[in-house]
Amino acid sequence: MSDSHSPALHHHFEDLGQQYEASNMGMWAFIAQEIMFFGGLFGGYAVYRYQYFDAFVEGSHHLPIEWGALNTVVLIGSSLTVALAVRSAQQGKQMAIFNWIVATMILGAVFLGVKTIEYSHKFHDGLVPGSSFLTYGPYTTAYDAAMAGHLKIFFSFYFVMTGMHALHMIIGIGIMVFLLVKIRRGAFSAEYYNPVENFGLYWHFVDIVWIFLFPLLYLIGGR
Amino acid sequence: MSTATIEQQASTNGHGENYLNVEHGIKSWLLTLDHKRIGILYLVTITVFFLIGGLAASLIRLELMTPQGDLVEAHTFNKLFTMHGVAMIFFFLIPSVPAVLGNMVLPIMIGARDVAFPRLNLLSWYCLVAGGSLATLAIIMGGVDTGWTFYTPYSSTYSNSYVTLALAGVFINGFSSILTGVNFMTTVHKMRAPGMTWFRLPLFIWAQYATSLIMILGTPVVAITLLLLALERTLHIGIFDPALGGDPILFQHLFWFYSHPAVYIMIVPGFGVISEVIACFSRKRIFGYSFVAFSSMAIAVLGFLVWGHHMFTTGQSVYAGMVFSFITFLIAVPTAIKIFNWTATLYKGSISLESPMLYALGFIGLFTIGGLTGLFLSTMGTDIHMHDTYFVVAHFHYVMVGGMVMAFLSGLHFWWPKFIGRMYPEAMGKASASLIFVGFNLTFFPQFVLGYLGMPRRYHVYPDEFQILHVMSTGGATVLGLGYLILIGSLLWSVFKGPRAPQNPWGAKGLEWEIQTPPTLHNFETMPIVTEEAYAYDNRHQAAQEEESTTAPAQQEEEVV
Repeated sequence: MSDSHSPALHHHFEDLGQQYEASNMGMWAFIAQEIMFFGGLFGGYAVYRYQYFDAFVEGSHHLPIEWGALNTVVLIGSSLTVALAVRSAQQGKQMAIFNWIVATMILGAVFLGVKTIEYSHKFHDGLVPGSSFLTYGPYTTAYDAAMAGHLKIFFSFYFVMTGMHALHMIIGIGIMVFLLVKIRRGAFSAEYYNPVENFGLYWHFVDIVWIFLFPLLYLIGGR
Repeated sequence: MSTATIEQQASTNGHGENYLNVEHGIKSWLLTLDHKRIGILYLVTITVFFLIGGLAASLIRLELMTPQGDLVEAHTFNKLFTMHGVAMIFFFLIPSVPAVLGNMVLPIMIGARDVAFPRLNLLSWYCLVAGGSLATLAIIMGGVDTGWTFYTPYSSTYSNSYVTLALAGVFINGFSSILTGVNFMTTVHKMRAPGMTWFRLPLFIWAQYATSLIMILGTPVVAITLLLLALERTLHIGIFDPALGGDPILFQHLFWFYSHPAVYIMIVPGFGVISEVIACFSRKRIFGYSFVAFSSMAIAVLGFLVWGHHMFTTGQSVYAGMVFSFITFLIAVPTAIKIFNWTATLYKGSISLESPMLYALGFIGLFTIGGLTGLFLSTMGTDIHMHDTYFVVAHFHYVMVGGMVMAFLSGLHFWWPKFIGRMYPEAMGKASASLIFVGFNLTFFPQFVLGYLGMPRRYHVYPDEFQILHVMSTGGATVLGLGYLILIGSLLWSVFKGPRAPQNPWGAKGLEWEIQTPPTLHNFETMPIVTEEAYAYDNRHQAAQEEESTTAPAQQEEEVV
């Protein structure tokens, strides 16, 4: 094949086409395991939401719907920018890839900033699961013991699910830093761009997790 | 009696430059991206954990010689069986065939120069080392007493031992499994040589593929479960705490959702090894190739739907129990297909009994007992009586040790000459295979009886009338341990002193036998083109003549060193 001497070709592949397909498939397999990872959490969530629906409605009403909605818009926007980064990579436009990745990073940082504000409110209100749950803040006497226990379970799921999601976003931002360095060195071209494309898949996946988290956590029971 | 001939390449075969001597020094091993070297790193690592787990097992068996608790006290005994379970399951059996033998032969079998992601492959090994180190640290600091299953609420609330540290170890080790699964699945899909179609793949590859599926889809679930447990233990988040309305049984559901499929990680790759060895030493194509291939896949898929059979006594709905029981029976079908097809392969084969074949035949016998006693336990009524007794202990040891360890050792002896470049001493191989078979049965068959009579597992004291059976079991364990020591000793000896191995000592079919011994760094000098099915033993004379033009093989009587 004509591209068999490309510097981007690793020795154990026959040609760039095989290399591209392998890395693409590896990413999909990795996303499959990510789905199962979050799937365990969603499964536990489903059990308790069924058992303690009232507490989940009550807990949901403590979550600021505006911040959640804003973050949903921000993340969907970042899906667009990362898709444009992949598109630019396919066309081999170095500057454009760089800029769209930077835009994605900014949107990711905005999301994490909003999340930090939400978390700090929860700390302030004593709604963080742990031994100090509901021992201080405005709701110390608002609930009986059973409801308080069930609420704690709701907030445990809220923090673990959104926390795991945020951790994935932080890792994603780390990968983008790595990509920016590679772009600066001119590593990508129209014939070799699969790291950008695979990162795009990962970022879309993280966005989709949020698309499920937002209604499941913020919109229970209507308002 | 085998009269088949083998083609042996000219005198210079191998032993010039190969993957073992192309680079030297500790750094060339710790930073290697070569799948064969990574396989050897895995082999060394899991041997260490095998010895740790084996030490715990020896102390358990010594304590159980007498009905009183005279060697260790109850709390120490709890830590011993936990250490035995955690080391053997997470750090020895799960990486044994998939990561050791899989890394060594999988890429070569499909005609690839390496796995799809060599760096990820090395990272997988480091995950095993990091996880294993944390678990070992937990043992050194004082141990864990929850059992390898980490059941809540004991593990989350009451246990006063290093549970979180051990959880962290198992969690990190999970990444090793996941990444290996991703790597192997992609490799099988995308790296096959021209002509290596899906139905020309050796059955070892099918088994590894099914295993990868379980690793990718099962392991992340146990990862999140153990993470929740660690949070429950450190921060008391309430998810598994009944005082707050949390459900400890949910932990068991999530745990077994992975850990039952994990049982198949601990047997399906072994099936793959057995298919290779049985075909080679019977000089026959495996009977019903596609049935054996698809039965691996069927076991992998059905394995995700049976976790509730570990929970018949936990207050799970009776109707759920009936469904789980029924699906568990279904798994017996693909499993039996394999056993019958191996047996049919033996029929009228020209069988020779070298060490790998002895282990493989041992596997068939022991695994059949292990599998059939599994049916006793999947019957709900019987399970109520047997649950948490030595019957269960004997059952899963027959599957995991009698099955997977025998398969692992079979494969290790089979591919040892190819990857080490030396022959192990055949007489010692046969001696250790026989000792292990006898010792194993003597150890674990009495435990079926013990369990049936009501001896519960995980107790260090017991009524006097059980002593005779326990003494038999401990005696058997001594023979078993001796067998393992002879095995390790003779393999180690052969690394330095064994006679040089020929290119194809067994006259086996498969791409790994057509390349140099030991293989070169990139396995193949030119891309192989596959033109025949796997296990084409029946037409091998004809195939050998066709290959003459390239390798000019000298036909000679098979001679095993």
